[in-house]
Amino acid sequence: MNTIIEKKEIAPKIFRYKIESNYICRNYKPGEFVIVVPKENGERIPLTIFNCEDGFIEIIFQVVGYSTKVLSEMGVGDKIEAILGPLGLPAEIEYFGKVVCVGGGVGTAVIYPEIKSLKEKKNEIYTIIGARTKELVILEEEIKKFSDKLFITTDDGSYGEKGVVTEPLKRILENEKVDRVIAIGPIIMMKKVSELTKKYNVKTIVSLNPIMVDGTGMCGACRVEVDNKTYFACVNGPEFDGHKVNFDLLMKRNLQFQDLEKLKI
Amino acid sequence: MNLKKVKISEQSPNERVKNFSEVCLGYNEDEAILEANRCLECGKCIAGCPVEINIPKFIHLIKEKKFLESVNVIKETNSLPGICGRVCPQEVQCEAKCPLGIRGESVAIGKLERFVSDYERKIGVKNIVKEKDKDIKIAVIGSGPAGLTCASELAKKGFKVTIFESLHKPGGVLMYGIPEFRLPRDILEYEIDYIKRLGVEIKTNILIGKTLTLKDLKDEGFRAIFIASGAGLPSFMNIKGENLNGIFSANEFLTRNNLMQAYKFPEGADTPIKVKSPVIVVGAGNVAMDSARVARRLKAEKVTIVYRRTENEMPARKEEIEHAKEEGIEFMLLTLPVEFIGNSEGWVEKTKCIKMELGEPDASGRRSPVPIKDSEFLIDSKTVIIAIGQKPNPLIPLSFPELKLTKKGTIWVDENMMTSVEGVFAGGDIVSGAATVILAMGMARKAAKGIIEYLEKSGK
Repeated sequence: MNTIIEKKEIAPKIFRYKIESNYICRNYKPGEFVIVVPKENGERIPLTIFNCEDGFIEIIFQVVGYSTKVLSEMGVGDKIEAILGPLGLPAEIEYFGKVVCVGGGVGTAVIYPEIKSLKEKKNEIYTIIGARTKELVILEEEIKKFSDKLFITTDDGSYGEKGVVTEPLKRILENEKVDRVIAIGPIIMMKKVSELTKKYNVKTIVSLNPIMVDGTGMCGACRVEVDNKTYFACVNGPEFDGHKVNFDLLMKRNLQFQDLEKLKI
Repeated sequence: MNLKKVKISEQSPNERVKNFSEVCLGYNEDEAILEANRCLECGKCIAGCPVEINIPKFIHLIKEKKFLESVNVIKETNSLPGICGRVCPQEVQCEAKCPLGIRGESVAIGKLERFVSDYERKIGVKNIVKEKDKDIKIAVIGSGPAGLTCASELAKKGFKVTIFESLHKPGGVLMYGIPEFRLPRDILEYEIDYIKRLGVEIKTNILIGKTLTLKDLKDEGFRAIFIASGAGLPSFMNIKGENLNGIFSANEFLTRNNLMQAYKFPEGADTPIKVKSPVIVVGAGNVAMDSARVARRLKAEKVTIVYRRTENEMPARKEEIEHAKEEGIEFMLLTLPVEFIGNSEGWVEKTKCIKMELGEPDASGRRSPVPIKDSEFLIDSKTVIIAIGQKPNPLIPLSFPELKLTKKGTIWVDENMMTSVEGVFAGGDIVSGAATVILAMGMARKAAKGIIEYLEKSGK
């Protein structure tokens, strides 16, 4: 259990792991996540399930802090201390019509299983992948398979169109009737997407990534405000209505341990 | 006859606020025998024990220096003597029934229980007594006090018991909630190890209701299921500013410190904890005392318990309140926070409180606090820990709607601890709402009996 059976660095500091797992797939649905403890005395960090099949799970993660660094330094054959899941509420997967899926950075990996499932429900899928630069664009080929149209933006213009995801999104919203937008990526991106779609009155779902500890609704570290009410992202989410999320609070809360995290790096 | 308990040694307050080692150091052999000799062996105490330990018998064996035989008497009905000797509120249970308490101090039953269990652990005796193995699988959900107790009772009878635990370490609230200065980890691990030696398998990192459902467990051939998922849902105050940085539920604060070992950060653990002084802890139960004392040990200079009633109504054990006071924890009574005020970066800075006075008794018999008009005032608070109670964890009921619930959200059970679903039993805080370790254990023993009767009736 929990042995790494495949490891690929699919982009600089972005890793794809295939991990042996007996139970997680049994009741897994897209949108759910796992809590991973890389090593003994390690942190409990939430990571999204990228793919789940009998006998193994796949995760894609980016090195952003100490614990993801520790995880990235493990190799094939190493055993991860603990993996708990699937956690959270599954994504709403049904026929909506035309769905625009926006993936920013490593969030592209989070949105991928939803794109796949939404396509199975016969939705028309437009996907926008945004990244800082060409080499950080991930999963282009996989996503292309399930997308009717694919747009790519890079901040520096090294690939696709130069700029940010809201630009192609705005063009689509201007010209076509969109039934739903799903945006998963950096908080600022989800905020900008939600602000934009609100003007066009298109329902928008975002997946929030607050700090978590147990991931089972026990501690409230992951509290988020949606429509001025407090929710625990681990059990009431991680997906919420982007038009109602207090993104500024989430940004502040995610900086809560920043100074201490520096002590580990 | 000495009317006073034999004094027990403790780490001095000045010393102990600098470490996470146990406060109470326990009796030595001579002290234990001296204390045991005060016991009249009348047996009135048994009625005060939720797990019906034969107290006069185990104390009698201490008098005769038969310490191992003594601990075995306890283990007939209680598999966790080292834990119970430390965290049970004996003063309102067994010791409250002791006739010596009428004119003097009751026998220190808890401290004697602790003594014999420590004696066995130090000697390293690893005997187990159990019946022949039966080929019947039983699932227990949760490895807290109720889960461990029910599992051990069933394992002693030869059943094949598997405990499913969602966290990465077993013990439930004993692991994530109770700090090591009250319950050292080696004691917890030793008693869990005893339960494993009885044949119980503990599977960690499995959240029933998500990883596996109750139906999956039935499909896997478990003939009975015991739900002991506890009261893990932290209550918040639902007042303005509560999501500011620096405001934690007691569960988060304690889980970081205890389960995740954040007090060893950064060298010995990867999970951080943040305590900026002054700290306020809202609430006055055992969890509040634990949180305040942890904050103190994490070098917070000023830690204040803020409570809306008076000391008489505090739900915490007297011993814990005394220990907190000795450690310099301050108490601000008849005070209720009404708003948290933060700075521009989103960190809590001040707490707006209102003064309270006691009014008429409420349903619990305690006089209920009433706000005094226009008495608001501000206190400095850079860390706030909310310790106003825990509710039953809703994950299992949500994933299994067939389970009948009470109005409080706890799982409904019949007199044998069986839920509305045949073969599915429940006990501990998920049934009672947040209570004590020992009450959970008492329910778990009853459930184990209920399960055995159910299995006999249903044919195998």
